[in-house]
Amino acid sequence: MTDPNIDKNPLVEMRDIHVSFGGVKAVDGVSIDLYPGEVVGVLGHNGAGKSTLIKILSGAYQADSGQIVVDGKEAKIENARDARDNNIETIYQNLALADNLDATQNLFLGREFVDKLGFLDDAKMEHKAREVLHRLNPNFTKFTAPVSALSGGQRQSVAIARALLFEARVLIMDEPCAALGVHETKMVGDLIDKLKRDGLGILLISHDLHDVFDLSDRLHVMKNGKLVGSVRTEDVSHDDVLGMIILGKMPDHLLHLAGPGATNAATQ
Amino acid sequence: MSASLSYGLFFMSRLLSKMEIDRRLVGLAVVLLIIWIGFDIASGGRFITPRNIFNLSVQTASVAVMACGMVLIIVTRHIDLSVGAILGVLAMIMGVVQTDFLPQFLDYNNPMTWALTVLVGIVIGAAIGGIQGMAVGYLGVPAFIVTLGGLLVWRGAAWWVTQGRTVAPLDQNFILLGGGIEGTIGATWSWIVAVIAIIAIIYAAIMERRRRLAFDFPVKPIWAEYTNTIIKAGLVLAVVATLNAYHLPTRAAQRILENKGIPVTAENIEISHGIAIPLLIVALVAIVLTIVVKRTRFGRYIFAIGGNPQAAELAGINVKRMTVAVFALMGVLCAISAAISSARLQSAGNDLGTLDELRVIAAVVIGGTSLAGGVGTIYGALIGALVMQSLQSGMALLGVDTSLQSIVIGLVLVLAVFSDKYFHRRYSDPTA
Repeated sequence: MTDPNIDKNPLVEMRDIHVSFGGVKAVDGVSIDLYPGEVVGVLGHNGAGKSTLIKILSGAYQADSGQIVVDGKEAKIENARDARDNNIETIYQNLALADNLDATQNLFLGREFVDKLGFLDDAKMEHKAREVLHRLNPNFTKFTAPVSALSGGQRQSVAIARALLFEARVLIMDEPCAALGVHETKMVGDLIDKLKRDGLGILLISHDLHDVFDLSDRLHVMKNGKLVGSVRTEDVSHDDVLGMIILGKMPDHLLHLAGPGATNAATQ
Repeated sequence: MSASLSYGLFFMSRLLSKMEIDRRLVGLAVVLLIIWIGFDIASGGRFITPRNIFNLSVQTASVAVMACGMVLIIVTRHIDLSVGAILGVLAMIMGVVQTDFLPQFLDYNNPMTWALTVLVGIVIGAAIGGIQGMAVGYLGVPAFIVTLGGLLVWRGAAWWVTQGRTVAPLDQNFILLGGGIEGTIGATWSWIVAVIAIIAIIYAAIMERRRRLAFDFPVKPIWAEYTNTIIKAGLVLAVVATLNAYHLPTRAAQRILENKGIPVTAENIEISHGIAIPLLIVALVAIVLTIVVKRTRFGRYIFAIGGNPQAAELAGINVKRMTVAVFALMGVLCAISAAISSARLQSAGNDLGTLDELRVIAAVVIGGTSLAGGVGTIYGALIGALVMQSLQSGMALLGVDTSLQSIVIGLVLVLAVFSDKYFHRRYSDPTA
């Protein structure tokens, strides 16, 4: 079995990250990585620390200790802007869009095109929005309706298009398929495949295995703030992963990949 | 009957969306029209007269100016209960500045006096609003509490400015801001303003269409474009013609002519009021703020914050600083309103603007701004203010008790918000 990533450098590495909130170790010595053209799921129950870990990468929290390495160089990420400067974009489940604004306005929020006099150039923005969204989702037409009038999948399209406009190379998606119907989920899945082929690295955060299993190339599983292990999706079954999420138990045939949080590895 | 009505409303709604006219705006205009016609019939033709319409325009001005700012406050999910009190304290300060302070350096009724006075008011208004905005944005105290406190603080401060003494008389140029007999721009200038407005309306429509065509975007059908423009231009002409049809009282006209040394004849005694200066101020404030809302980053961010504060923050918008700016802007508009209302009364008393916060908020809400934030228009607030003032003036004209007036206005406020919700749910076109 050859590793397709063997000759590539990781896009992002998080090394030995520690975060505590008032004595509670939310993230305890976790290391994960992400390669270009790869979709990696970060799984764990609520409270496993996956969201905290990811918020450190997106700049919402800061780690107490540990390193973030982007393109082989250590990066300082202290806020959302730093993350953006490192081409890391996060799509939060509920925080991505302003419902009352239309798709175009949301896409360009925070970096609008303005004309010579400093007034918003809406036509130019809509033009660019049509271009970007058409590439992602050819059926998208509602450029001037408030995004509250869009379906869940269409909203995800807008959120993803927004990240792409920022020239994201690393895309973090928080519960990308939560509250989406079957058709919508497939639509988001197709989008993710397309981005992957374009060479982006994508981190999918979810507490639901089924959402991300088929989309991901690899899975990092966390429990109680620690990494249970990192496995390739093709090497594991659903049950293996459920065991990792719920019991923190590494599948026997992959024990050599166990992280510090694997309960069975600790007792070996 | 009800089915055909319902079908009719649906058809209207489709037609309006083709023309890209806000349905809510049409609903408001219809309500206003019903109120006007109703009062006109009830009062035996005394409501829809040039004189009454002129008076309405002047009486609405102060609340209308503040309502423009309140739209932005409410869109960002805040509220400002202190605007009436801020108006009071600023009117007192401006009163003292023009009658006690500036006359130490300038001669009596110096043409600079009114401008400097208003400038002082605007600066202090911005500071007061800014302080409240900081308490809301940076200290995280809810706007309701900050401005409830502000209501008491600034009303108290209004008394302290002169220990309760009413300031009068005010500067002769300053009182023109209130739109008294001489506080209008006359017939000729009113027509000039109308022509400029119509040119601007046509220019804006052409530019917008060109911009969209340049990118091959769908545009409105050309008939809709013409109808829109003709309606807007027609409204401007109708308003100006009406205001010009209201002539000065014979005695005032006589005095003006005699002052100018012109012999009085049967024709030249008919001097038109034209557009009152306060109405001109309202128009200016509304146009500037509409441009700010629609065409600037600042305006876009206000709506983004109202729609989703976290998303706005994550998009790199400095929500705290924006909060300060919006409240400071509200303070500036309070200063302008303070100038208009004290100039209209030709005196500044420390109870000026009492309960104005409620009138302003009611106008904004009737105008379709959602208290949940994120949704609202400047022009809606203006019509809301006009609806409120029309009800009040109309009932006063009919000799309805003040107590009954309050009851009616209170009920109308609740009814307005209810019907807006109801029709919005029922007849909004989900594809629009």
